[in-house]
Amino acid sequence: MAQTVFAPWEDPEEKPLIEFRNVTKRFGEFVAIDDLSLAIYSKEFFALLGPSGCGKTTMMRMLAGFEDPSEGAILLDGRDISGVPPNRRAVNMMFQSYALFPHLSVWDNIAFGLKREGQPKDKIAARVDEMLRLTRLNKFATRKPHQISGGQRQRVALARSLAKAPKLLLLDEPLGALDRKLREETQFELMDIQEKTGTTFVIVTHDQEEAMTVASRVAVMDEGRIVQVATPSVIYEAPISVYVADFIGDVNLVRGTARARPETPSVAAEAVAGPTAPEPAAAAAVAPNLAAPEQTASERSAAEAALPVDPRAPQPNALGEWLHDKVLFPILGRRKPQQKLLPAPSPQERATSDRPQTAPPRDAAQAKPAPAHADDPDALAGGGIVIDWAEGQPPVIATNGDAALDGKPVVLALRPEKVSIGKAALDMPNTLRGKVIDIAYLGNISTYHVQLADGSMIKAQTANTRRLSRRDITWEDEVWVGFSATAGVVLEE
Amino acid sequence: MRGFSWFNVTSLTLGFAFLYLPMILLVFYSFNESRLVTVWAGFSTKWYGELLRDAEFLDAAWVTLKVAVLSSTIATVLGTMAAHVLIRAGRFPGRTLFSGMIYAPLVMPEVITGLSLLLLFIGLNIDRGVFTVVLAHTTFSMCYVSVVVSSRLATFDRALEEAALDLGASPFQAFRLVTLPIIAPAVISGWLLAFTLSLDDLVIASFTTGPGATTLPIKIFSAVRLGVSPQINALSTLMIAIVAVGVITASLISKRGAIRQAREEQAGLRATG
Amino acid sequence: MSGDGLDTRHRGEALRKAVLIAVPYLWLVALFLVPFFIVLKISLSDIALARPPYMPQLDLSAGLAGLRDFFAGLDFENFVFLTEDSLYWKAYLSSLQIAAVSTIITLLVGYPIAYGMARAAPEWRPTLLMLVILPFWTSFLIRVYSWMGILSNEGTLNSVLLWLGVIDVPLQIMNTNIAVYIGVVYTYLPFMILPIYATLDKMDSSLLEAAEDLGCSRTEAFWLVTLPLSKGGIIAGCFLVFIPTIGEFVIPTLLGGSDTLMIGKVLWEEFFSNRDWPVASAVAVVLLMILIIPIVLFQRNEQKQREAEG
Repeated sequence: MAQTVFAPWEDPEEKPLIEFRNVTKRFGEFVAIDDLSLAIYSKEFFALLGPSGCGKTTMMRMLAGFEDPSEGAILLDGRDISGVPPNRRAVNMMFQSYALFPHLSVWDNIAFGLKREGQPKDKIAARVDEMLRLTRLNKFATRKPHQISGGQRQRVALARSLAKAPKLLLLDEPLGALDRKLREETQFELMDIQEKTGTTFVIVTHDQEEAMTVASRVAVMDEGRIVQVATPSVIYEAPISVYVADFIGDVNLVRGTARARPETPSVAAEAVAGPTAPEPAAAAAVAPNLAAPEQTASERSAAEAALPVDPRAPQPNALGEWLHDKVLFPILGRRKPQQKLLPAPSPQERATSDRPQTAPPRDAAQAKPAPAHADDPDALAGGGIVIDWAEGQPPVIATNGDAALDGKPVVLALRPEKVSIGKAALDMPNTLRGKVIDIAYLGNISTYHVQLADGSMIKAQTANTRRLSRRDITWEDEVWVGFSATAGVVLEE
Repeated sequence: MRGFSWFNVTSLTLGFAFLYLPMILLVFYSFNESRLVTVWAGFSTKWYGELLRDAEFLDAAWVTLKVAVLSSTIATVLGTMAAHVLIRAGRFPGRTLFSGMIYAPLVMPEVITGLSLLLLFIGLNIDRGVFTVVLAHTTFSMCYVSVVVSSRLATFDRALEEAALDLGASPFQAFRLVTLPIIAPAVISGWLLAFTLSLDDLVIASFTTGPGATTLPIKIFSAVRLGVSPQINALSTLMIAIVAVGVITASLISKRGAIRQAREEQAGLRATG
Repeated sequence: MSGDGLDTRHRGEALRKAVLIAVPYLWLVALFLVPFFIVLKISLSDIALARPPYMPQLDLSAGLAGLRDFFAGLDFENFVFLTEDSLYWKAYLSSLQIAAVSTIITLLVGYPIAYGMARAAPEWRPTLLMLVILPFWTSFLIRVYSWMGILSNEGTLNSVLLWLGVIDVPLQIMNTNIAVYIGVVYTYLPFMILPIYATLDKMDSSLLEAAEDLGCSRTEAFWLVTLPLSKGGIIAGCFLVFIPTIGEFVIPTLLGGSDTLMIGKVLWEEFFSNRDWPVASAVAVVLLMILIIPIVLFQRNEQKQREAEG
């Protein structure tokens, strides 16, 4: 990292190394690449990412010279290279199968391209040795490809394609044949070598983790088109379409209709308070759907009707809960049903979120007692949109949504790690309640699959920073999930 | 499941006895002193001596060898080209006819192939002799070569050729330096197959040959038409011996190669593991 | 400029491809297709005493008129002749019958051998396979010839049987259809064994274990599992024996008798002894038409096998 930020694509003066200009590639009737334009800059580590059949391999083969575009032009250093045969291009490729020549030793494989240039023998030997050192293969120079391991073969393929010092190196699923651990190591090795040699790398992969790890920019492809080109973090945090959001990582997609939200912060606070403040009658309407297995709906409705609770009552802590369950319960009876009522919005508050403009202002501090969220500027921001997404569910607030989307169908893409989960009501602008259906314990993180009242599922993720004892949420538990007003990305359907 | 089974042992023993006994008897009687096949009159190599003094047989053997080497070499070149066309050329006008012409001679009765070629040579007024036999043998054995080579090419990883092109080799260099060395075993077996087919052919050679170009099978055929001949027994023994030595050597070489490769692979695993 | 590069490249590539296609293509057209049409044409011509002994001859110097005369001179007389003389259709029928009978015998002999090979210990299989292929490399003619010494009246077989006292008078096997069957079975046996062995070898042995686990006896398992699964190999092997046997010439000539009628032999005699080229050509054309049916069936079987495999 010599320069502070490597972003030649943001510099209008910078000339791209490779340019696709309105390239279309057809195979008979089938359109593999559809009017695609793209610029890749020198020294980039560029990833073409997409499912199989999206056209990424065709793009790579056009760069290598094995296919010619049906329409449009591909420029390398400003010169149109369509029609230049692969053996006369300053582009080399590392094949998915490695394509090591089985009848030649490691040394001869690496020297193959150099010999074709007709260089003097000592120069070839020096260059091959350099490549062997770079890829730590000195010991294996005389071996045949079948005598070395998969990881070593991968390095021979890399050394062979780098030996001619190409302007551009193409890597076709370079790590696909390696097992997971080796793949992760090799990813860093690749980045290291790319930086050392200063070669422009274009990698084709269907593995989004791999693309995110190695690439300076990622192009997400679908059906012969590029959907989004951006840095890994932008692709992840700000996908421009449902397709990208869904393809990269894990995501919750909340589909609904947008409604513009007023700009005034006070009203925003009102709306924020809305879904968190419960009201018995509304709760009764929602609750049957969420009935705990051991209770019938009618029992619960009765209990709720009989016991109106202050919605903003402080929640019992673990000690209090223990005291209640072990000491007070035998005397006073069960407390849990009431607690479950807490989150549903009151009719009054529903009204405010339905018609935010006319709703009376409310104290934001009252709605947000937890000091941890007080310094979160987004939580209170005005504007944006609310999304009505299911009957009987509070609308979701997204202050980062474009008010112009008012009335349109939208999708809120929400990463699971941005969704909190708790057994008690969460102090967040958006909270929903549901039941834990599945828990995927991955060691470092756990993903909870929570079923909401309307049957839809939402995934919440927590980092397992503490030991097992702390993880008290288990299957069938009634839980709250919550997320901030800027946690998701609002995408037009 | 894979135990010792009397049925399997019996069927294999009888089967291989059936396959090999006639040839063993042939070899055995070639050392018989007597002219009569069934009467053993003591060990003798006199029929071999007679055979080697027979100028006609030696001539025929020389013609046969010439024809076989020439036709199998041309057939290997043409057959490899045809295999390349079949597997790699994609669509071109007349492709169906082309593959039909490759496969048809494999099932065509030899009498028809021979008759049709003879009528062609007569029609074109070509003098028949070694040249016409070579043409005829090349034509049918190139089809066998192309079948053998194309089955190897079909499983050949095209990425290897593309890698060679990518590294700056011209298409011809890519073929010579990468494809050919890798498919060499198939090309060699194609050549061997063409060579044996040519050595062995009686019918097509009978139709297409002319005066002065009698091949060994034609000579053998005319000699045995009338009955068993101890001289032919001796000749057969020589031919069987050559084939047996050749095939066994070839299989030993390839077996040793396989063992060495396995050992190297193990060494490679140990080094990396 | 780039367009220039494109053109040169494509021109070079197209030229290379054209040469690669043209050389074997033209060779086969000249030495396979054209001769075949000559046979077809001569089969429609009449015999003439001059050499070449057939009429009409295409006189290209006469131009269009010559062409018209040429076509006017063609007729189906030879084919009519084939139907009239019982020798020919008897020879065709007899060829088919001999081919069919010897194919069935070859299957009965070959299947147990292929089965035994597939069930042999894995380290033995390459050797057994080589032993089956080895005779294929030795001369066909010599393999047929080797039976002449065994089957003749004073041959090895009769001597052994007489010595054992099984028979009193030598058996007449040589120069009969039985000798032809033995010759065909012997020379074509590898063609039957190899495809059957290939399918048996590929078969998962756990299938048999599953069949026995489900209550089959070993014999039942063979009839219900092994045999149906080796059907593809059996069909391929049968065609590989049947098709070339129909046109066989060497075996009926050396081992068969004067009453052994096979069409390959008839064609040979028609051509070399009678020098009746038009009739010989007509015999060849009809033989090809007969062969087309089993060849098409064989191709279809092969295709089905390939599809079944993937």
